Amino acid sequence: MAERYELRFSGAGGQGLITAGIILAEAASIIEGRHAVQSQSYGPEARGGASKSEVIIGDEPIDYPKATVVDACLAMTQEAADKYAVGIKDGGVLLVDSDFVKNPPQGNYKVYSLPIMRTAKVDVGREIVANVIALGAMIALTDVVKRESGEQAVLAKVPEAFKDLNKKAYSLGFDKMKEVLAG
Amino acid sequence: MAKKIALLQGNEACAQGALYAGCNFFGGYPITPSTEVAEVMAGELPKIGGKFIQMEDEIGAMASIIGASLAGSKTLTASSGPGISLKQELIGYACIAEVPCVIINVMRGGPSTGMPTGPGQSDVMQARWGTHGDHAAIALCPASCQEIFTETVRAFNLAEKYRMPVQVLYDEIVGHMRERIVFPEPGELEVIDRTAPSVPPEKYKPFDTSFGDVPPLAAYGSDYRFHVTGLNKAEDGFPTTKAELVDAEERRQIRKVECPEARADIESNEEYLIDDAEVVVLAYGSTSRSARYAVNELREQGIKAGMFRPITLWPFPEQRVAQIGEQVKAIVVPEMNLGQMIFEVERVVKNSCKLAGVHRVDGDPLTPSQIIDQVKEVL
Repeated sequence: MAERYELRFSGAGGQGLITAGIILAEAASIIEGRHAVQSQSYGPEARGGASKSEVIIGDEPIDYPKATVVDACLAMTQEAADKYAVGIKDGGVLLVDSDFVKNPPQGNYKVYSLPIMRTAKVDVGREIVANVIALGAMIALTDVVKRESGEQAVLAKVPEAFKDLNKKAYSLGFDKMKEVLAG
Repeated sequence: MAKKIALLQGNEACAQGALYAGCNFFGGYPITPSTEVAEVMAGELPKIGGKFIQMEDEIGAMASIIGASLAGSKTLTASSGPGISLKQELIGYACIAEVPCVIINVMRGGPSTGMPTGPGQSDVMQARWGTHGDHAAIALCPASCQEIFTETVRAFNLAEKYRMPVQVLYDEIVGHMRERIVFPEPGELEVIDRTAPSVPPEKYKPFDTSFGDVPPLAAYGSDYRFHVTGLNKAEDGFPTTKAELVDAEERRQIRKVECPEARADIESNEEYLIDDAEVVVLAYGSTSRSARYAVNELREQGIKAGMFRPITLWPFPEQRVAQIGEQVKAIVVPEMNLGQMIFEVERVVKNSCKLAGVHRVDGDPLTPSQIIDQVKEVL
């Protein structure tokens, strides 16, 4: 079987997690020239409610576009963690926002936590970049694309006036995750 | 120069394909999961001097693309099951009046409002028989974002060439997922325009069969004047009840799509690992992606599985499917409905092999493991 790496970004609708998935898929398929499929599901509500975005990355064309066994999952809220951590494979990883996921679900996977929303609010001063912090952290956690590819994809996505802000957010997410991994 | 590439949603790829094919009129009424097609067309058409109009309802949208097409435009509408149901009266009108136009159906479940945000494949028979009366139908069913682009171009080509409405069916999964698209250069894909009349206006008849089964079509607003009706009509476009004229017209409209030459031109299939296959999964649209995954896994387990994917759903690839039925022990037909295309397969293969369906209608995609289980059971 062709190798595939499956990522799931979950949280509340409106947190920008679909965008985070799109940026990762662009980093993999446009910048690195590999294959990627991004999909999402969400309730009828535009804001709130549990939302998820999935990205499958591989060196061969991706056939089945949805997750089968998830290699890496992000959960920004308790509801999303409860709903979407199911399906993480044995030996996979789960990253949660430490302030919002007080009871991370347990399984045969490693759980990491970072204060993602707080970092956005305190260190960057804008909650809206929480998704970019999360993206940086997920890339640091999984090495699924190069650090530079992720940054390039983020900067290609945002308007000129917000490039510095997003660059900072991405780096913060990436570095904080590497610190956690270094123990 | 390197080709333009982008990560696009299936619906965005559809709109880009339409623009590549020369579409210059979109008439629609928004509905999930098709709305992004309209969104892109609303942004892009004004830039190229085209027209976008959001009509008062779905049948109005269908009327607008018929009218604009008769005025010489290449026209598109996009909807989903509930909206396609509302368009049926005028889809029939486009059939009998022989008006080229392209209708996108991004399928969700049903009947009625069903589940707007979930995928489905339950409009397959509607695409064939949704409007009443004997009529030919062309329906294409892409399975990836790149293929949505190219099949939308092909839909326009077939609409123009055969002078009739063509439907493109894909489901919410491919409509909303994103994949890399490589934009074809201008001229790389064939783009066909309708045959214009070669006779002067005073000699023109809109259904003149001396030019073949697909009569040339003039444009309203030019020097050519002609009558269009939903009634059975004579060559001059005016209504007739003369038995021999009605009979000839009805038969010609079927023949123009179902004669062997037209079938060879319109049919398009993908075959995967079929040569030595003992079991073939016949799948279309997003379900074929699950099928390919299943076939690869079955092969690893030593089961000789293959996949047959009709890209043109209508006309149905009867001959090839009958041949496959003679070759294999079993055909498995996965569908996100409770059994539609499987009956067409049954009609064609008769009792030459075993036949089993895999069905899912709960709003979640049909998974590879569901297909694998059914293949093992049928063997």
